Amino acid sequence: MTDGIVIRTSDLRRTYTVGAVEVRALQGVDLTVRRGEMMAVMGASGSGKSTLMNILGGLDSPTEGTYELDGVRVDRLDRDQLAEVRNSKIGFVFQGFNLLARTSALENVELPLLYARNMKEREARTRAVEALGLVGLADRLDHQPNELSGGQQQRVAIARALVTRPAILLADEPTGNLDSRTTIEVMALLQHLHASGMTILIVTHEPDVADYAQRVIELRDGVIVRDEPVAARRSAGADAGGTR
Amino acid sequence: MKATTLVRLAARSIRRNVMRTLLTMLGIIIGVAAVLVMVAVGEGARSQIRHSIQNLGSNMIVITPGASQQGGVSHGAGSFNRLTVDDALALQRESTLLAAVSPVIFAPAQIVGGAGNWRAVCYGVDAGYREIRDWDVSSGRYFDAADQRSMKKVCLLGATVAKQLFPDADPVGQTVRLRDVPFHVIGVLAAKGQNAQGADQDDVVLAPYTTVRTRLAGRMFIAQILASTSSPGDLPAAQDEIAAIMREAHGLAAWEADDFQVRNQTDLAETASATTEVMTLLLAAIASISLLVGGIGIMNIMLVSVTERTREIGIRMAVGARGSDVLTQFLVESTVLCLGGGIIGVGVGVAGAWILGRTAGWATEVQPQTMLLALGFAAAVGIFFGYYPARKAAALDPIEALRYE
Ligand SMILES: Nc1ncnc2c1ncn2[C@@H]1O[C@H](COP(=O)(O)OP(=O)(O)OP(=O)(O)O)[C@@H](O)[C@H]1O
Ligand SMILES: [Mg+2]
Repeated sequence: MTDGIVIRTSDLRRTYTVGAVEVRALQGVDLTVRRGEMMAVMGASGSGKSTLMNILGGLDSPTEGTYELDGVRVDRLDRDQLAEVRNSKIGFVFQGFNLLARTSALENVELPLLYARNMKEREARTRAVEALGLVGLADRLDHQPNELSGGQQQRVAIARALVTRPAILLADEPTGNLDSRTTIEVMALLQHLHASGMTILIVTHEPDVADYAQRVIELRDGVIVRDEPVAARRSAGADAGGTR
Repeated sequence: MKATTLVRLAARSIRRNVMRTLLTMLGIIIGVAAVLVMVAVGEGARSQIRHSIQNLGSNMIVITPGASQQGGVSHGAGSFNRLTVDDALALQRESTLLAAVSPVIFAPAQIVGGAGNWRAVCYGVDAGYREIRDWDVSSGRYFDAADQRSMKKVCLLGATVAKQLFPDADPVGQTVRLRDVPFHVIGVLAAKGQNAQGADQDDVVLAPYTTVRTRLAGRMFIAQILASTSSPGDLPAAQDEIAAIMREAHGLAAWEADDFQVRNQTDLAETASATTEVMTLLLAAIASISLLVGGIGIMNIMLVSVTERTREIGIRMAVGARGSDVLTQFLVESTVLCLGGGIIGVGVGVAGAWILGRTAGWATEVQPQTMLLALGFAAAVGIFFGYYPARKAAALDPIEALRYE
C-alpha cells in the first residue's frame, strides 16, 4: 500500500467450460495499477476485457493466478467477503446500466448503502442526494430509469458506484450505448472524479475515449499485448466546449 | 438491512402485482378462515357442553355402576347393574361429608292424564334430589321427607311433560296415571333445556323413590346415585369416602377393583370436553390442509418471482448484497404475503363463524388466541414455503444473474 499500488494481478487466468469446450478468456494477465491512475482497457470483442473487469470488481473469481486489491488477496475470499469488497471498495459501472426498474434514481443510488454496515438511513439518503448532485442529476431524484435519457441513466449508475466512496471505479464500456455528445459528458464526469483522486479503469472500444485516460492497455486473446501511457491526453471539459 | 426497510421492500414488490398477489393470498385466506371457523364451531360446542354440565347442579357427585376404565367413560357401565337403594341408604347413613344423597331409579313409563298420553322416564328420587341438581319447581311444591316416608303417590312433572299433557291448564292438583297407578301432581319443574348430549332434560316425571319402588310394577333399575357436598372443596374427600362406604357395602376384598365409578362434575366436564377437543382438533387438521395447499401456492409464486427477478437479484449482489441479505428479502416477502393473507383470513373467518352462528344456530366462539395461532400458523407457512425459493435466490451467482435475459 505504501508503494501506491491498488491492484496487482499475477498470471490471472479464467477458463469457462461450455459443455465439452473450454474457453480461455484470460490466459495470464499481469497487471499493476497505481493509486490515482486513470487507465483505459482496449481490445477486440471477445478479447477478455469484461472477464478481467468482473474479476477485478469481485463479481467473478479467477480460475488461476492471484489478485491483490489494497493488499488483500481477493482470489481467496469467500462469497460473503466478496460481497463486502464489492460494497465498500469498488464502484462498478456496467455497460447496460443495470439500474433497478420502477425504482427512483434516488433509491437506485441508495441501494449499495442498504447493504453497507453501520449505515444510518438518514446518512444514506444524504449521501445518495450528494452523489446524484455530483453527477448533475440533483433535479431528477424521483425519476425512474425509464423516465431518464441514456446518458442520465449512466450517470445514475455512476452515482450509485460512487455513493459508497470507493477507492476504485471500474467501468465496463460506460459509453458503449451513448452518442458522442453524451459520451463526452460522461467522460468529463469521470475525469473530474479522477482529478479528485479516484482510481479509474474504463473498458472501451473507441480510441477516442481511451485518449481521456492516462494509460492504455490492450488485450488480445486474454493477454496484455500493449501497455503504454497516453501520448496526447484529451480533456473532456475542453471537448465539450468545442462541440457546443 | 433494517426490518422496516425489508418490510417496505416486500410490500412494494407485492403491490407491483396486485392480481397475482390476491390470487396467491386466496389460498392462505381460505385456509386461515377455514381453520378459524372449524375451531370456532368446536369451541362453541365445548363451551355449550361445559355450560350444560354446570347446569347439572353444583357440587354434584355421580356414582355409576361398572368398573372404571382408563381414558374415558365405559359405555358398558350401565349394563352391569350393581347399584342398589341400599347403597344410597348406606351413604346417607354413614357419610359425614355429603349434604344429600339420592338414588335415581329409572322407570320408563306411559303417563296418562290431562290431554292424553305421553311416554316419559319416571325418576324415583330422594327429596334431596332438588338440592343436588339445584332444580326447583316453577309451580306447586317438591315432595318432602314425610311424603317419601309414607310412600305418597305424588309426582312432579317436567316442563315438557306438563306442556304435553296439560297445554292449557295448571297440572298442579291434577291426577295422572303412571303405569296405571294414579299419582297426584304436586308441582311442575323449572325448565332445564337440553343436556350435553342434546337430550331434553324436561321430559321427566319425578316421584319419591320409595313410592316408585313399591307402587310401580315392572322394569326399573338404578342407573346412578347422585350426591352433593356443601362446598366444592369437600369433593375429593367426599369421593374417597363414598368409595370406602361403597366398597364395604359391596363387600369387596382389598384386591378387588371397584365395581362402581365415582365422578364429580369436573370429571364429567373434562370427559365431555376431551371428546369435543378431539373433534376440534380433527376439524382444524382438515382445515389446515387447505392452508398447506395455500402454502404450496406461495412457494410456486415465489419461485416464479425469483426467476423473474433474477436481474434484480444480480444487481443487488453486484452492489454488495450478501446471500443472506437476498435470502432474508425473499423470506420476508413470502412471510408478509402469508401474514397479509392470514389477517384477511382472520377477518373472513370471524365473519364466517358469526354468520354460521346466526344462520345455523350453532354456538360458535372465536377466541383471540385462536386468531393469534392462525396468524402464527400463516407466518410459519410463509417461512416454510418461502425458504426454498429464497435459498434459490440467495445461491445465484452475481454475474450469471446479471446476464440473465
Ligand atoms: N459466461 C461465459 N461462459 C462461457 N464463455 C464466456 C462467458 N463469458 C465470456 N465468455 C467467453 O470469454 C471470452 C471473453 O469474453 P469477454 O466478455 O471478456 O469479452 P470482451 O472483451 O468483454 O468482449 P466485448 O468487447 O464484446 O464485450 C469470449 O470468447 C466469450 O465467449
Ligand atoms: Mg465486454
